[in-house]
Amino acid sequence: MRKRAILVAALLLAPALAGAQDFLIRGARVHTAGDAGTLAKADILVQDGRIAAVGSDLAAPAGSAVIEASGRPVTPGLFGGIAQIGLEEVNLEPSTYDAELKLAAPAWQHMWRPEFDVTPAFNPRSNVLGVTRIEGVTWSTIAPLAADTVIIGQGAAVTLDGRFDAALPGSRTLFVNWGSAAHDASGGSRAAQYMLFDQAIREVREPGSSGSAALLLPEGSAALKAYLAGGRVVFHVERASDIREVVRFAKARGMRPVIAGGAEAWIVARELAEAGVPVILDPLANLPDDFDRLGARLDNAKLLHEAGVRIAFTQDDSFHLRKSRQLAGNAVAHGLPWEAALAALTSAPADIFGIGTTHGRIAPGQAADLVLWSGDPLEVTTVAEQVWIAGSPVAMRSRQTELRDRYLERLRTGATD
Amino acid sequence: MAILSGVLATACAAQPQASPEAPAERAAEPAARAPFASAYAPPAAPPTLIRNATVLTGNGERIDGGDVLMVDGRIAAVGRSLAPPAGATVVDATGRWVTPGLIDVHSHLGVYASPGTASASDGNESTDPVTAQVWAEHSVWPQDPGLEAALQGGVTSLQVLPGSANLIGGRGVTLKNVPATTTQAMKFPGAPHGLKMACGENPKRVYGRKGKQPSTRMGNVAGYRQAFANARDYMEDWAEYDGKLAKYERDKAKGEDATPPKPPKRDLQLESLAGVMRGEILVHNHCYRADEMATMLDVAQEFGFRISAFHHGVETYKLAGRLAKEGVCGALWADWWGFKMEAYDGIQENIALVDAPEGGCAIVHSDSEEGIQRLNQEAAKAMTRGRLAGLDIPPERAIRWVTANPAKSLGILGQTGTLEAGKMADVVVWNGTPFSVYALADQVFVDGVLLFDRANPALKPRSDFSL
Repeated sequence: MRKRAILVAALLLAPALAGAQDFLIRGARVHTAGDAGTLAKADILVQDGRIAAVGSDLAAPAGSAVIEASGRPVTPGLFGGIAQIGLEEVNLEPSTYDAELKLAAPAWQHMWRPEFDVTPAFNPRSNVLGVTRIEGVTWSTIAPLAADTVIIGQGAAVTLDGRFDAALPGSRTLFVNWGSAAHDASGGSRAAQYMLFDQAIREVREPGSSGSAALLLPEGSAALKAYLAGGRVVFHVERASDIREVVRFAKARGMRPVIAGGAEAWIVARELAEAGVPVILDPLANLPDDFDRLGARLDNAKLLHEAGVRIAFTQDDSFHLRKSRQLAGNAVAHGLPWEAALAALTSAPADIFGIGTTHGRIAPGQAADLVLWSGDPLEVTTVAEQVWIAGSPVAMRSRQTELRDRYLERLRTGATD
Repeated sequence: MAILSGVLATACAAQPQASPEAPAERAAEPAARAPFASAYAPPAAPPTLIRNATVLTGNGERIDGGDVLMVDGRIAAVGRSLAPPAGATVVDATGRWVTPGLIDVHSHLGVYASPGTASASDGNESTDPVTAQVWAEHSVWPQDPGLEAALQGGVTSLQVLPGSANLIGGRGVTLKNVPATTTQAMKFPGAPHGLKMACGENPKRVYGRKGKQPSTRMGNVAGYRQAFANARDYMEDWAEYDGKLAKYERDKAKGEDATPPKPPKRDLQLESLAGVMRGEILVHNHCYRADEMATMLDVAQEFGFRISAFHHGVETYKLAGRLAKEGVCGALWADWWGFKMEAYDGIQENIALVDAPEGGCAIVHSDSEEGIQRLNQEAAKAMTRGRLAGLDIPPERAIRWVTANPAKSLGILGQTGTLEAGKMADVVVWNGTPFSVYALADQVFVDGVLLFDRANPALKPRSDFSL
């Protein structure tokens, strides 16, 4: 018994990945999430951690393993959303929570800290990653989270394969609260968000312009400057009028805005499409949680897609990233085409976060982040049967499967509680 | 506005008082006079025959090509090739599935309503760790748009509970999910009250921060025990009074000079706890960890009450055999975990493992205005994980997790929760199997009344707030 416990511990401590292997997946229903759409029966050749070829009757090079898909679907690894995965082990346990900056600075004095960047705090060995990636979620965008500030800080897309240095190049993003989400942090009026942001911008462009009442430290000015030159800025904003205003505001000041939340985005869908601004939304958010979201509805995703807005899916819980495909399935149930729903979990977020040339599609040259499913990938009765990240097979075990197996064994043997 | 309030207050005061002839032996339970009685009265509905569906009855049975007949708000018959009575509406459900109306045993709709404004946060009376005297129904806002959203997800009954800030948070109320102006008009007729109790982190966090008991789990347990010990004393005081009153009545009847005894002072908190110990109020215990559930079973044994269900028990799988033996249900999420230490050991097979032993009573609950809209999907996930673990869980078994089992834990299984002749006609017609992410409720009947019809937007309920 003691030996077995040691073995289990060793398994849990072992790297999640066995190392990149060359292999061929044969006879899969391949959802490329790219221009090729869905290939009813195709093969995928993986070499050196990348997709080498996608097509019919591909030959397996000598030494390559062959996986018979037998018609089962394969998709790109899924996007888990904007989250705090790897930044929190247990949400309510403060010692394990690293997503928020709580400096006891005096009010207004240097309260805006765009230089705050959560990526160094990312813990790739978090149990949450292990639980998440075996469900087919291979990457996510980690973001700082705070309700008491306008500029929250920076984050980036990360691979969930368990490697150190997990941030994906080119994905760095600034996160900002807007509307009622930042109400208390802007003196009790959303109008002040525009005023204060403009003050911060002037501090970047004219150092010292705020005198002793500066919002930014020199490091903050330097960080913000990069985003004023076409950088990607995610605004957490829900109300239609706020979405419209903040898009105009951000564009006029050189930022590349992305809307997150966007409960009422459907109301301004046409303008968002014309401005080329994507929306990262929770398709289950249909209730008027607050007065910014009176227009929330289940077909938000459908209406945005029809208007030509690029959409991706997210929700606000790091422990539920595995639920992302359920979000997509529900969007389909409420009118979004299936292919668009898959894109919202794969190619669309990859493009939004600047990693579309390497992630989010099944196409030659892309990282071999792949999932073999037991059935329709968006269906709740389907499970991921095998996950690969960068061509390495994920050990399909987690602390949760260990718990399951221990107690299943007790059920079978009739051990008393 | 002030004048209107005054009128309303007067109107309330003018309600009939408790019946004066309450027998002496009931004196220990003044609450038996049932204030805030249900005023639910479903309108008349035409007979409806749902034809040729895949019927999951909720009692473990599946009928392919089955019919369900509703007459006068009740299930009249379930079977095959039923004949429609004269004037019946006939629903062709070919290719569709029919289940009992779904029941959520754990909701905060109405008490934490949408929008979540500062003025409407009415779910936790977190001013004292024991507030058994408060009733969730007095916080329920019947215009919560979450209720109509839940109806579209097939939910026909729900228990609204106080939150979990307190050791004993107060009484829960079971509602029929019907549009109404008052909470009384939603109250499930004859449903017993629930009593919300909470283990673990929440009470000790809330009161520990205030520098008062409980700040530890041992403080929690001392709090439950002292509360029930007080209630036991209270019951004895009333029993003693009953004895004196009986003697007084006898003496008076004999023509002797007698002074009527003075009744003990009513204590609304202890009345609730006495109701629990008499089995009239059902305990719904928020409790995550297996060891704490075992402690609570001992507390219940000490004071002679039953726990109807452990809610949020992410570790219930560790204690599944014992709970099945003791007839305690586990009201659970399909896959929530990790958000706090006591949720760290959550697994996706939890519900299936609780369901597995002989007598196991697994319930899918929501505790969420989002989750209550798709209890069927949560059940589908739990069913899938159980099957992968080698457990035999057909849809006709899994549907009980959202129908018969929650009804049982709420004490309303005799009235609803399955499709059986004589029960309330709470019925959902699904566009296909409900165990799918693509499943949508096409029609939802409550007491035979069609309240939601996907094909008829005019029928879609909209709360006053949603206008």
